[in-house]
Amino acid sequence: MWQELREELHPKGLEVVTVALDLKGVETAGRWIEAASPRHPSLIDREHRVDELFGIVNVPSGVWIDESGTIVRPAEPAFPKRAAFRDAPLPADLDPYLAEVLREARKIRVEPEKYVAALADWVEHGAGSRYALAPDEVMRRSGERGGDRSRAAAHFELAQHLWRDGREAEAVPHFREARRLQPDNWTYKRQAWVLVSRFQAPSDVMEGDWLSDVRAIGAENYYPRLDM
Amino acid sequence: MILTEPRVRPADFTARTGWRFEPEGACRGDLCVPLPEPPGPWLDAGMLAERLGMPLLSEEAAGVWCLGPEVLGRVLQTAEAPDLRLPDWRGEAFALSSLRGQKVLLLAWASW
Repeated sequence: MWQELREELHPKGLEVVTVALDLKGVETAGRWIEAASPRHPSLIDREHRVDELFGIVNVPSGVWIDESGTIVRPAEPAFPKRAAFRDAPLPADLDPYLAEVLREARKIRVEPEKYVAALADWVEHGAGSRYALAPDEVMRRSGERGGDRSRAAAHFELAQHLWRDGREAEAVPHFREARRLQPDNWTYKRQAWVLVSRFQAPSDVMEGDWLSDVRAIGAENYYPRLDM
Repeated sequence: MILTEPRVRPADFTARTGWRFEPEGACRGDLCVPLPEPPGPWLDAGMLAERLGMPLLSEEAAGVWCLGPEVLGRVLQTAEAPDLRLPDWRGEAFALSSLRGQKVLLLAWASW
């Protein structure tokens, strides 16, 4: 998805590093990466380390880092373009539940034009770009890490470890607790749901499901509006 | 941080969390937190949890403990990017700091 933009901006000094958040690692993320045959570093994050380190709560999220290793924009929704599914007609023989999910997903606001224009501006103007934020603003926007968020991270890490270890029954309460403590962390929730249901549908294992949780907050609030 | 007993080796703890051990105590950046005793070959997980403000969970039947990230003001305490180290999809080690000198767009995505 990012390959084209990367090839355009790489000669101007930008490198793209993708990080796949996936408990199952290359087993599930690998074929997507292979199909894209990227020339940029494509990392596998089986433990969702970037959630904790950069405050990522949904995908796709982008973080801008300048030449000196300073973050100039913390995590925010990052789309390179409009996904094709948003405009194409749904096939008539599509699974009815999946069709419902896709209809809901189409209501989600994405702002690729704005994001890509800002990115190109920063690549060209660096610190002089109006989109490059000062350190205080970067820290302010990165979000708070209070007790609940911290405990959610611990429950999620423990849940993943137990699940990978084959201790699924012990893992489930920790996935549930992570969702309860930090309901706006979609990477925690979606990772848990997809372990038991391909379409992240309701199950008697995990609490919540993608469609219900999105409807509960309203699809327009799934991603925060870009503040740029 | 996953532990298989309620204690951790200082070097492992430093590698994962960035907290290093000095005569003054556990330090990160300019901040040092005094510890009740000088660190030996093992550190008690309960003590670290209490001193550094980290949640400590246990699943004793499975023989697993988990120390979560410390409670902070903001997720980013500094604008300096953490040195993310992860394998790439072919299994090769990669460090984000290897890209110093270039602008980087770090992009989290998922197949799900």
